[in-house]
Formats: sequence, C-alpha cells, structure tokens
Amino acid sequence: MTALPVRPGARMLRQWSGKIGWAVLAWVVAVAFFIPVLWMVITAFKPESAAETWPPKFIFSPTLAEFRLAVTGMGPFLLHSVVATVGSTILVLLLGVPAAYALSVYPVRRWRDGLFFFISTKMLPIVAAIGPLYVIALHTRLLDSIWLLIILYTAMNLPLAVWMIRSFMLEVPQELLEAARLDGAGRFREIGAVILPLISPGLVSTALICVIFAWNELFLAINLTVTNAATLPMFLISSVPQEGLFIAHLCAAATIASVPVIIVGWIAQRSLVRGLSMGAIK
Amino acid sequence: MASVSYVSATRVYAKDTPPALDGLDLDIADGEFMVLVGPSGSGKTTALRMLAGLEPLDGGRVEIGGRDVSGVPPKDRDIAMVFQNYALYPQKTVAENMAFALKMQKVHKADRDRRVREAARLLDLDEGLLGRKPKQLSGGQRQRVAMGRAIVREPKVFLMDEPLSNLDAKLRVQTRSQIAELQRRLGITTVYVTHDQVEAMTMGNRVAVLSQGHLQQCATPRELYDNPVNQFVAGFIGSPAMNLRTVPLADGGVRLANQVMPLPPAVRAAARQAGLSELVIGIRPEHMHLISGLAAPGDGAGLNGSEQMTGEVVLVEELGADALLHVRLPEGGTPVVARAEGRKPPAPGQQVTLQVQTDDVFAFHPATGARLAA
Repeated sequence: MTALPVRPGARMLRQWSGKIGWAVLAWVVAVAFFIPVLWMVITAFKPESAAETWPPKFIFSPTLAEFRLAVTGMGPFLLHSVVATVGSTILVLLLGVPAAYALSVYPVRRWRDGLFFFISTKMLPIVAAIGPLYVIALHTRLLDSIWLLIILYTAMNLPLAVWMIRSFMLEVPQELLEAARLDGAGRFREIGAVILPLISPGLVSTALICVIFAWNELFLAINLTVTNAATLPMFLISSVPQEGLFIAHLCAAATIASVPVIIVGWIAQRSLVRGLSMGAIK
Repeated sequence: MASVSYVSATRVYAKDTPPALDGLDLDIADGEFMVLVGPSGSGKTTALRMLAGLEPLDGGRVEIGGRDVSGVPPKDRDIAMVFQNYALYPQKTVAENMAFALKMQKVHKADRDRRVREAARLLDLDEGLLGRKPKQLSGGQRQRVAMGRAIVREPKVFLMDEPLSNLDAKLRVQTRSQIAELQRRLGITTVYVTHDQVEAMTMGNRVAVLSQGHLQQCATPRELYDNPVNQFVAGFIGSPAMNLRTVPLADGGVRLANQVMPLPPAVRAAARQAGLSELVIGIRPEHMHLISGLAAPGDGAGLNGSEQMTGEVVLVEELGADALLHVRLPEGGTPVVARAEGRKPPAPGQQVTLQVQTDDVFAFHPATGARLAA
C-alpha cells in the first residue's frame, strides 16, 4: 500500500482548524455561562431606575447605593450561613477522614456495600425526605436552629467527601504505611503523621467543595428555618421583587453572596480539578 | 539483636492456589546475614513480610529471639525494614525520616539528633542533606537514608527487601559491599531478600534458596556452589548458569557428544536403583576448559579423570576478561556455554575441543531434580 501524499500545509491547516473549532466551542460555552453572572454584577452597580430597561443600558453612572441597601439587612443571614458552612465542613472532615480510612487503607468487611450506601443517599430526591426531616426536627426541637443546618449539611456533604478522601488515600503508597507501622506508629499516628500530610491538598479541595455546596444550599434552609437560622440564599429570596421593581437590589445582594464562592473557587481551582478527576484516571 | 526462626511458616493467598510459602523451616543465628534468594513467586518476599508482621501466617509460626511473634503487630516487633522503593516519608526531611521511629519510642530530642547524625556519618551522608526532603535527593542518597532510618533504631533485626534494585549497576556493586561491611560492624541479625544470585553470594553468611514456596537449600555461598542439592539450586547459583542437559545412560557413564562420559560408580548405582534410562548432567561453564581451537583427534578420552568433547562455536560473548563460548555439540540441542580467556577467543564457526574434569560433573534425577549421590 502506498501512503496518500498529503501536503504538509494541508495537514497543518486541518489540525489548526480542528483546534480552532474546539477553542471556539469552549469559549462559546464559557461565555454563555458567564453572561448571566456578568449581567448580575453590572446590574448591581446600576441605580434601580436604570436596572430594568429594554434595551439594557450599558452606559450609566455606577453607584454603590444598592450594595449599601442590601448589606443593611444581611448581617444575621450572613452569620448563619458562615456558621452552618464552616461548622458542617469541619464536621464533614472530622467524620470523613476516619470513614475514608476504614474504606480504603484498612477496608472493613463489606466495604463495597458501605461505599455504595454512602453514594446511594445522594440518589434519593431530597424533596422526598423533607417531610420526615421536618417532623424529626419538630420533635427534636431543632426546627429553625442553626444546629439543624449544621447536621443536615454535614449529612449532605459527607458522602461526596468520603468518596473524595478515599480516592486520595488510595493513592498513598502502601509501602509508606507499612514503613510507618514498622517504625512503631499506631493507627492514629499513621493517619496523623503519614497520611494526612500527604493528602492535605486533597483535603483542602474536599473542604472547599463542601463549603461551596453548603453555602449555596437553599431547599433545606427555606423549609426548615424561619429567622433564627435563615441563611444568605434565603435573604436573596426575600429580595426577589414581587413587582419587578428591585432588580438592582437583588443583583447587589446576589453579588455579595457569590463573592465567597468565587474567591474559594479561585483559590481552589487547580486542586479542585485534581480532586474531582482523581480516581477517574487511575 | 536476636535470632530468628521460621517454624513451618505457611502462607496461602487464595483458596485453590498453591501456598506462596509452604512450611518454611529456617533458623537464623544472632548476628547472621541471611539472604533469601529465588525467582519471582518463590515466596522470599512473603517470608520477609511475615517476619515484619505485614503478612499473616496461615500456619506455623515465626520467632524472634526465641519468642513467638506470630500475632504481634509490626510496631511491637522491634525490627527495621529497608523497602525496595525506600518508602521515605515525602513530607519529612531526611533527619525527620530517620528520627521518626525514635520519636515513636519517645526518645529524647537531643538523643535523637545525636543518633541521626551518627547514622548519617556511618553512611557517608553529608550533614547538609539532613534538612532536605527526599524529593531533593539522588537515588543513591535516598537508598542511604532508607538504610539510615533502619540503623538509627538499633533494632533486633534488619529486614531488607531488594534494597539495591533501583540503583544503577555501578552503584549497586558499591553499595552491596558497603551494606555487607556495615552489617558486620553492627552485628545486627539481617534478613535480605533478592532475586540476584550475585548479591546473594557476595553478601550473605548463608543463603537460603527458595522456589515456588519451598526452601530448596540453605547453606554458605561456597557450599551452594560446590554442592547444590538439586537441579534448581545448581541452575540458579552461578553466573553464567550451569549447563544442564538430559542425556541417556550408557555403560559406565552417560552418552554425551558421541562418546561415553564416565560417571562415578555411586552415581551410576543411584541411577540404576531409581530405574532411570537417562539423567540430567550439569557442568558449570567455568569447568569447560578450552583445549585448542582445532578439533582434537581420538575418541575424546583426555588426561586421567577428564573428558574431551568437540563442537562448533556458534556465538561468542565478549566480557572483557573472559569470553563466553556457545558451543554446539555434535548431537545438537541447545549449545553449551564455556568460559574461555578473553584474549583470543575462537571465532564463530570454528571447531573447538572442551575438556571437563569428571568430578566437576553433577548428575540429577530427570523427574525430581534431586542430586544423584552427592
């Protein structure tokens, strides 16, 4: 068989056009996702009078008035969100590390079932559970309590965290653990002195994901809290204008609420990608 | 320091598979350097890991210093291990790596530092390296840190699992003698696993040869070379490997290269008793002496107690000091290998005559591989 003569120029062109095609697609998708966010941020800086006009105004005198207005009522909501997010994330790590250890380094009996059970809890629609949760919260006097949110957010994030931490732990070379055992380390030392320092980048990305999910959670908060534990997403809901008059106000509040997530995502982007794709390539 | 004993130690990894280690009985004296050698799958690493407590026993027991440690967890056995890939803690510095076990034993900080520096000096590790992370070290340095981590502890037993296999050839030879020398100096009982028979021969006080989960022979290197108990040990020990070939029995000996090679009466008697019509003979390449580049006349009977055979050189491997001649004997089969002086080896295609002392010929049972009338 003779190879078809291909002009090097033509081949390069084909490679180039392929690359450009993918690049264009990637940018289109990225911009499509970004435009609403951009619109939100821009609108937040508009005075209310300029917020809802058609065609949208791009030339306006930016103002921080809506931010000032939004911040005034935000205090308690912000505090509840921070407490629920940080509290649940700490709990998730405290519970997730030993659980992941028992499912990877020293697999307990029927560890596969355990692992599947964890992830299966994410398959049930949360709407189906809200009734029982409400009744339980009512009887345990946890309704509208920040503790309830901490517990529920922990339960919500734990399965994913266990899966992630487990995949990091599986990457720790067996020889290292054996070396630690021979050096006289017990289980706790083995985890504390050998495993945790090695998987700390993975723990960070796990924690960040838990932070993002807990921060953004609305459904449980809106159904189980009223005032004592109401979180930032609920504040946003309460800012949704009934008559379409407070768009700028809503956008300012939403921008403030998004800032932590954006910062966290920015810090974590590299370890997040690594953390999420880990185990997939192994 | 302590002696080590395996008493019918057995390990079965999965049902319906032959045991990885089948009833190992082995006594290692206090301060001895014992090498476990064998091909992959021979059970040598399993035996080592059993001693470390990293592998459970399915039968028998392991003793350290006369105490049954079969159920004792690794951390309480007071043993140190050098791993094949060194297993240094990547996030700890060299000094922290070496001191970790001491920290676990709650040794005082000042004492720890002193012992780490002492070990570093013993291993020619520059003090400047102590603050580095393993990632910043060369392979040879990592190997020495792994050694250092073991020796600072002054354990009862050293375990080494192919610690040289990741070094390049030159460094391996150098480190080989350093480890052997260090062990002699420290006098700590050492169990060393390797698949490299040269390492085994040069380092061990005694060498235990394993194959397919069974101990074949445990003896001094010299004894293994001179008196292998079976065909496996004979073929495994020595480089290049012993020439082994199945030959028919004949009156007074065996038929090889169109002539009868006489065998001692004891061997012939043993073969007769076993009802054999053929047996396996083994001759080491260094015992096949090149007489001349020309075909020798006559029936092949050489000087008293020796035999001559003629064949054609098919391949010459130059090693510098020596040359290995692959010689095809008249009856065909795989060529035999003879070690010749490297200066003027015969060229391929040339006829050569090889002379063999008859007491350098080993004879083995063709089915069981056992040595006949050693």
